Amino acid sequence: MSEIKIQIKNLYKIFGKNPKSALEQVKDGVNKDELLEKHNHVLGLKDINLDIKEKSIQVVMGLSGSGKSTLIRHINRLIEPTDGSVVVDGDDVLKMNDENLRNFRRTKTAMVFQRFALLPHKTVLENTMFGLHIQNIDEKEANTRARRWIDRVGLSGYEEKYPQHLSGGMQQRVGLARALTNDGEILLMDEAFSALDPLIRKDMQDILLELQDELHKTVVFITHDLDEALKIGDRIAILKDGIMDQEGIPADILLSPKTQYVKDFVEDVNRARVIKAKHIMSELNGQDRDNAMFVDQDDFIDRFIDKVISDKPNCLIVKNKNNDDIGYLSTKRLSEILKR
Amino acid sequence: MEKLFLTEFPELSRETLRFIKKGFDTSYRAFSREYGDNIEAVFDPVLYFLVWFEKLLQNSPWPLVLICFLAIIYFGSRKISVTIGSLFAFLLIGIFGMWEDTMSTVSIIGVCTLLSIGIGIPVGVMMAKSERAQRICTPILDVMQTMPSFVYLIPVVMLLGIGKIPGLLAVVIYAIPPIIRLTNLGIREVDSEVLEAADAFGANPRQKLFQIQLPLALPTIFAGINQTIMMALAMVVIASMIGVKGLGQPVLKAITNQYFAMGLFNGLAIVALAIIFDRVSQSFGHRIQQHRSGARE
Repeated sequence: MSEIKIQIKNLYKIFGKNPKSALEQVKDGVNKDELLEKHNHVLGLKDINLDIKEKSIQVVMGLSGSGKSTLIRHINRLIEPTDGSVVVDGDDVLKMNDENLRNFRRTKTAMVFQRFALLPHKTVLENTMFGLHIQNIDEKEANTRARRWIDRVGLSGYEEKYPQHLSGGMQQRVGLARALTNDGEILLMDEAFSALDPLIRKDMQDILLELQDELHKTVVFITHDLDEALKIGDRIAILKDGIMDQEGIPADILLSPKTQYVKDFVEDVNRARVIKAKHIMSELNGQDRDNAMFVDQDDFIDRFIDKVISDKPNCLIVKNKNNDDIGYLSTKRLSEILKR
Repeated sequence: MEKLFLTEFPELSRETLRFIKKGFDTSYRAFSREYGDNIEAVFDPVLYFLVWFEKLLQNSPWPLVLICFLAIIYFGSRKISVTIGSLFAFLLIGIFGMWEDTMSTVSIIGVCTLLSIGIGIPVGVMMAKSERAQRICTPILDVMQTMPSFVYLIPVVMLLGIGKIPGLLAVVIYAIPPIIRLTNLGIREVDSEVLEAADAFGANPRQKLFQIQLPLALPTIFAGINQTIMMALAMVVIASMIGVKGLGQPVLKAITNQYFAMGLFNGLAIVALAIIFDRVSQSFGHRIQQHRSGARE
């Protein structure tokens, strides 16, 4: 189906004076606390393997200290790993020289930061053009491209304002416009919406999803918020103490958490809003179709649950976009999913 | 015997000390005789510029010079009060017969400030970029700021004789540390997240320096320039001892002859210059950072 865009293989990051020797210890099975106590090194990431598909949104979720921000900085090599490889479009990022790395960062990636990291001495327009100025793209073209994205994120009229004059949500729109103007295929978002208040955050999530429908970037999105992860992630990776506990599509993580940590995490989630019909359907093989109700495969449970309650069907038949029957869902299974 | 050792610090014999000092002085004298002229030649362009600037200020019609000054003061500070205050200060200076000396002082301060900026900012940038440069420069700056200025006047005079250039050097040595230190500080204080963003967008070190670090450090650098000007002014009296013309010379004369009024007038003229320089450079510094503290609209 879709190609692997970013491939992270056996990635280790250890912070401290002598990470190489500590690496041996970690590979021999020394855990995070022991490493800190006995060897005075901090384990940042341990044996991370992650394939990120082209044109999808990969969420990396974890609490603070789980290493998620460290992980995203390995993709554009703002942090050097202790061991492992990061391959983007077949090129090993870690083998690039300074010049190639700069070119890679200029043209392939763009990043949005938790605390915006705008340039306080430049206007919104100049901030948005920053990536293009770095690439020495001529002023007129830079200006046109920047204005287009400023308009696209809803900031027209604010071009000449300084970041300090804007609210947090508006500043992050500038951050997003700056990243989009760069037009890289990869968008790295490091807790991009975490510093915003809930309503603004929801707005920004909607903007991102709307843009993604149109742009089809490969997005790596870091968050500590499960609801946010479930809302925007095509796939979610869960990090804990530098170790990846589980990786998969949101429904899998909800329905079959692999570790206690993940289980605790997903316990309180409203499943009806996250799980789609296609995630829980079983194969069609001649089940009784009496009094069946038809649902779309991409409908979330909460889209059809009211109708299930009022119409009291015996079972549900799941349909794809071409209106073919593709799956079967019993009401018993549905209530089990929701009860747990 | 024991007691004597404890009360008298065991020092080198007088012979040895004299030998060391004499050896040091002789070799330095030989060095300056050998290379003094060459080193002096290096500073010739600065000397020409200084003399030209001084003559320009002294020989142009005074109303023209005054108008130019006031224009610079107004466009620097954008404050009518400062401009009018300066007008009165300059008028009083002129009426009390200190116009020419003041022009000499302004010219040497101007040249010293330009030199300090020209040397100080690159050195400060170097210190900010390299820990090793910072480790080497910090003690040198400490020495420059605390060594009594008379001490380094001696070798400078031995090397270059008496005149404008040794005076200029003495002033620059004394006045340059703040601008170096504050350039270093200003660049180091630049938000690391902003720099990380620049890295993430693929900025090279030069782009980071000129597009981010220097502009963001500018207000701090300006505080350094302000300090440098103030310290240069404080040095004019000492510099006058080695032949720098200006307001320092009458002060020196007043000290040696106990002319209180003469010392006071010239001293006040220096104070007036200091206040004008300070107000103008400070309000200019404030203006260039308005966008940071500026109120939300």
